[in-house]
Amino acid sequence: MIPFTHYLVVAALLFAIGLAGIILNRRNVILLLMCVELMLLAVNTNFIAFSNYLGDMAGQVFVFFILTVAAAEAAIGLALVTLLFRNRGDIDVEKMNLLKG
Amino acid sequence: MNPIPISMLIFYLFAGIAVLSAIMVIASNNPVRGVLFLVVTFIASSGMWMMAQAEFLSLILVLVYVGAVMTLFLFVVMMINIELTSQKRKFSYYLPFGAGIILLLVLMMLIALHPQYFSFGSMPSGVLPKGANTELLGKVLYTNYAYPFIVAGVLLLTAIIAAISLVHRRPRDCKSQQVTEQIKTRRELRVRIVNLPSEKKED
Repeated sequence: MIPFTHYLVVAALLFAIGLAGIILNRRNVILLLMCVELMLLAVNTNFIAFSNYLGDMAGQVFVFFILTVAAAEAAIGLALVTLLFRNRGDIDVEKMNLLKG
Repeated sequence: MNPIPISMLIFYLFAGIAVLSAIMVIASNNPVRGVLFLVVTFIASSGMWMMAQAEFLSLILVLVYVGAVMTLFLFVVMMINIELTSQKRKFSYYLPFGAGIILLLVLMMLIALHPQYFSFGSMPSGVLPKGANTELLGKVLYTNYAYPFIVAGVLLLTAIIAAISLVHRRPRDCKSQQVTEQIKTRRELRVRIVNLPSEKKED
């Protein structure tokens, strides 16, 4: 039996790596989307660890819904990336300064 | 001293693979390689989920995520050509911030999980009910969570419509009906009444 605190530490590591990836990668939007997927994976791991620890199926149901939302998000995000590439010719994050953000 | 049980070793193996390939995802310069490392991360964490008795979800992770979503990522990465300008300077410039965030979050989690604050005894614990994981999940999903399940379906439909309507391009050289032009038309543009003198038939 694996102590479930180990799950939480691994999930925290994955989440932190995803967050650091968003800060580090200033190149393209696809890498940012991949980092978001990584963070969602970490959150799902937390849900599953707690579901196992508490003996409650609700955590797994939530992971199910998060997977659904993440799939929708990936599809729309990639559609936006394609549209961006079609209109601008590149997907560099640094060059997206239309809103002067 | 008792040896480490084999399940712990397998868990550490999966966790190590997941974390290392996650680091490779954000460190790799080539997006295709990044997607492939993300696939490795997903498969390793599916192994971890399997060890936490979430068999259905771990298989779904492999089938849906690795099979569909990551393939979609790979398609998009290969469809648009990204010039591989190496910006190693930027990477090393932001590296202290990234490392600091990783350190901060993991330290926070380690402190929060310290037995002094996070005691196992005071938390309610339980065991999952006996039976197949898929069956248990289905029993909950189709009864207590039936309404959210329908909403999730509608959400997926919305995502399909959004994605298609965003990137769909009409075909250029094809003849199609233009309804507005049809409605705007007037009778004078289409029908012309010509006065013709009636002719008598010659016998």
